[in-house]
Amino acid sequence: MTDTPILSVRNLTIDIPVGGGTLHAVRGIDFDLNRGETLCIVGESGSGKSLTSLALMGLLGKKISRRADRMEFDGIDLMKTSQRGMRKLRGLRMSMIFQEPMTSLNPAYTIGDQLAEALLLHKKVSREQARARAVELLEKVGITAAKSRLSQYPHQLSGGLRQRVMIAMALMCEPELIIADEPTTALDVTIQAQILRLLVDLQKELGMAMILITHDLGVVARVADKVAVMYAGELVETGPAADVFGAPAHPYTRGLLRCIPVPGKTERGAELGTIPGIVPSLVGEVSGCPFRTRCDHAVDACRQPIPLREQQAGRHSFRCVHPDGRAASPQEVPA
Amino acid sequence: MTQTADPLLQEITGPTPGQLLRKRIFGHQGLLIGSIVLGLLVIVALFAPLIAPHDPYAQSLLARMEPPVFLGGSWEHPLGTDHLGRDYLSRLIYGARVSLLIGLVAALISGLIGTAMGVAAGYFGGRVDAVVTFLINVRLAMPVVLVALAVVAIFGGSLTVVITVLGLLLWDRFAVVMRASTLQVQGREYVAAARAIGCSNTRIVMSEIMPNIVNNLIVVITLEMAHAVLLEAALSFLGLGVQPPTPSWGLMVSEGKQMMLFEPWLVLIPGFVLFALVLSINLLGDGLRDVTAPENRN
Amino acid sequence: MLRFILKRAGLAILVAFTVSLISFSLLFLSGDPAAAIAGEHASDQDIEAIRRIYGFDRPMLLQYWEWLSSALMGDFGESYYFKLPVAGLIAERLSITMTLGVCGISFALLTAVPLGVAAAIRPNSLLDRFALFLSVAGQAMPSFWFGLILIVVFSIQLGWLPPSGTATPLHFVMPTIVLGYYAMPAIMRLTRAGMLEVLSSDYIRTARAKGAPEGLVMFKHALRNAIIPVVSLAAVQMGFMLGGSIVVESIFALHGAGYLAWESISRNDLPTVQALILVFSMFYIVFTFLADVLNAWLDPRMRAG
Repeated sequence: MTDTPILSVRNLTIDIPVGGGTLHAVRGIDFDLNRGETLCIVGESGSGKSLTSLALMGLLGKKISRRADRMEFDGIDLMKTSQRGMRKLRGLRMSMIFQEPMTSLNPAYTIGDQLAEALLLHKKVSREQARARAVELLEKVGITAAKSRLSQYPHQLSGGLRQRVMIAMALMCEPELIIADEPTTALDVTIQAQILRLLVDLQKELGMAMILITHDLGVVARVADKVAVMYAGELVETGPAADVFGAPAHPYTRGLLRCIPVPGKTERGAELGTIPGIVPSLVGEVSGCPFRTRCDHAVDACRQPIPLREQQAGRHSFRCVHPDGRAASPQEVPA
Repeated sequence: MTQTADPLLQEITGPTPGQLLRKRIFGHQGLLIGSIVLGLLVIVALFAPLIAPHDPYAQSLLARMEPPVFLGGSWEHPLGTDHLGRDYLSRLIYGARVSLLIGLVAALISGLIGTAMGVAAGYFGGRVDAVVTFLINVRLAMPVVLVALAVVAIFGGSLTVVITVLGLLLWDRFAVVMRASTLQVQGREYVAAARAIGCSNTRIVMSEIMPNIVNNLIVVITLEMAHAVLLEAALSFLGLGVQPPTPSWGLMVSEGKQMMLFEPWLVLIPGFVLFALVLSINLLGDGLRDVTAPENRN
Repeated sequence: MLRFILKRAGLAILVAFTVSLISFSLLFLSGDPAAAIAGEHASDQDIEAIRRIYGFDRPMLLQYWEWLSSALMGDFGESYYFKLPVAGLIAERLSITMTLGVCGISFALLTAVPLGVAAAIRPNSLLDRFALFLSVAGQAMPSFWFGLILIVVFSIQLGWLPPSGTATPLHFVMPTIVLGYYAMPAIMRLTRAGMLEVLSSDYIRTARAKGAPEGLVMFKHALRNAIIPVVSLAAVQMGFMLGGSIVVESIFALHGAGYLAWESISRNDLPTVQALILVFSMFYIVFTFLADVLNAWLDPRMRAG
């Protein structure tokens, strides 16, 4: 797929005013997403993953400010789109699935009403048509007795079912882009796999582009076309999933990968990796590499602005002072 | 890694809890205004004999309904005189005593009753809780003004009767709040710990539970004090509270009502002072709640 | 749902009985009711005769039972002052009090709910501060004083509204404002707090993510959830307001049940006072019961349970 990307972001920056300063939550993010592709954004809690996705949807709170050199959805400049214009995109061409299925549905209305609303808001269809579409989608997301579910209230459904309803709701208008913000974190482990499989199958079937936000690297390895690794508000490494996993360049990415056991590769009884230290505070001026306080390869140059290095031109890039992400002196303990 | 002065590593040092509390107290306008106004009124009430320019009971048929200074009256009676020629300012000053005394004592009596009931209900649960909850329901179902009026009418409108009646009627909010607070504290680990080392119920309630709910109690005391002040004024206004010639603000409004057509200030002045007192108590109470439990602010 | 309603109804009836017992015992708090009826100049024989006629010489519980059983049949005895059946007296006056109560609560809801919603949409805005000021002032305002100020301004100075009586709807304007203002602060605060909480909830974000316009988000998605506790508060306030109408009715000389209560207390007319206490309590009990039921019905989570 070499046509123009459906989503193109350059230098996205998000600031949150807090008591006594500004929290520079996201700083200078770049990425492109092609039609039908899956991008996984990976990172710890607080690394700015969710804020990035909310910024794309235009759903940041009033007090939070975003800036970008470019933020285009299918050629539409999202930075210049009015609230009214964003409303016409949201739900119709770009949809979002949230982390908390338990609280993301309105307790006062039936599933059917909430599903139908998603279609009625954007398309001139009758209530009956909207309900028929809702049944169709509920079946598609694997909900049995779909018709009778329409008159149920959210509190009557389990978390897994509610997340299926949320997915169905996001798909009501067949969007071109779907953003899933940790859609399985709040669910039981057994349900997690089912929901994820469902999401990936639907994405393939409907040919949507998808941004999947997660901190589960196992998930990323299975579903991602592209990976973007975020740390403390910055994109530290990005590239095709095979490249990033095959040859991680940034010390943080390597640290993350050391933290998951790989069957057949990780020795029985061997210690899993950990990354010592904590994420720094992002209030006030942030300069240099944010990972330097936890990095084995940190040098004085890490306090200066960090150049973007291209591992493979136009594909795999990362931000580190070291040309291959490692200091010259052999300090590192082998993984 | 030995970069000592890296700005990313700087420890975030916050203010101490004490500093925070002070900052919250002095940063809270309502609390400041409330305590200053209330403080002034308390001083006025305490030193009434020294401050009042005249005897509040001294009548003068020659100087009836003289207007206040700002309406062309003389400094002899800065706020004028009432229909019996009594100095209005002096009656207001002595009236502060009546309002504050009734408010405070009634709130303390009902506080004692309500706290005992609420803590018992929250602490023992089960049947005790059921009975207390039922009593709260019964109490809420009784129309306060009507019952208070009826009882005062039966026993006569002395200060003691009014205080007792209000004290016996206004315990419901204490019971509700103290029950809820006790239930909340009840589940904490330190209560379980006290129980585990064999403390008596009295000891657990007194040294584990009470200290942790006393801030809520203080807030309710202020709110109910305001409530009692308003109710006393309403009873006196209806002629079935404190009896003349006692200087009560509600009574003054009621007496001024007859002359309202010609001398509206007779009604406006005592009513405004009453409003200011209740407002300052409420501001103090709201402020205390905000400052001691900022997370409960809505 | 049915079990819940039955449980509440049972509790309400129990509360009603207890209140009736308390209001009946007021009669004996007063000392000798026979002396009260006979008046100041009666001889001992007269009092003794009255005691026998009214049955005050019998055991108290028996008297309570008789009073209660006839009260249940709608017979509250005879007024000492009017020498007429109390039930009729009250029924005659109740329509004014009910009118006032309904107007008052409507006024409170129509002002407090929009104000609370607006304040929650823009917290800390000028409007929010104004709403907060109104509610703080409202809680501290003695209602009798507020009523008199309204009379001074609108009847005496401007001459727009009649100061007292019930002849026309205009007569109800000021009483409605005074009574409604009493319930406003609580309703406003609860609406604002509820809206603030709901607006920060996940399902509001979902509604926005669907592309719902702000108006729909506020009213269909947010207010529908925030209004549930307000409805039950309003019902409870309505019960309180009817009890509090005594002050308002006396200021504006509305000859409703509250006014009757005031007159009867002043005249030591105990059967009427007892009956009125019971009637006002019943209003509160019925309204809180309705509030519970309405609440359960409005909240799907409780409706099913």
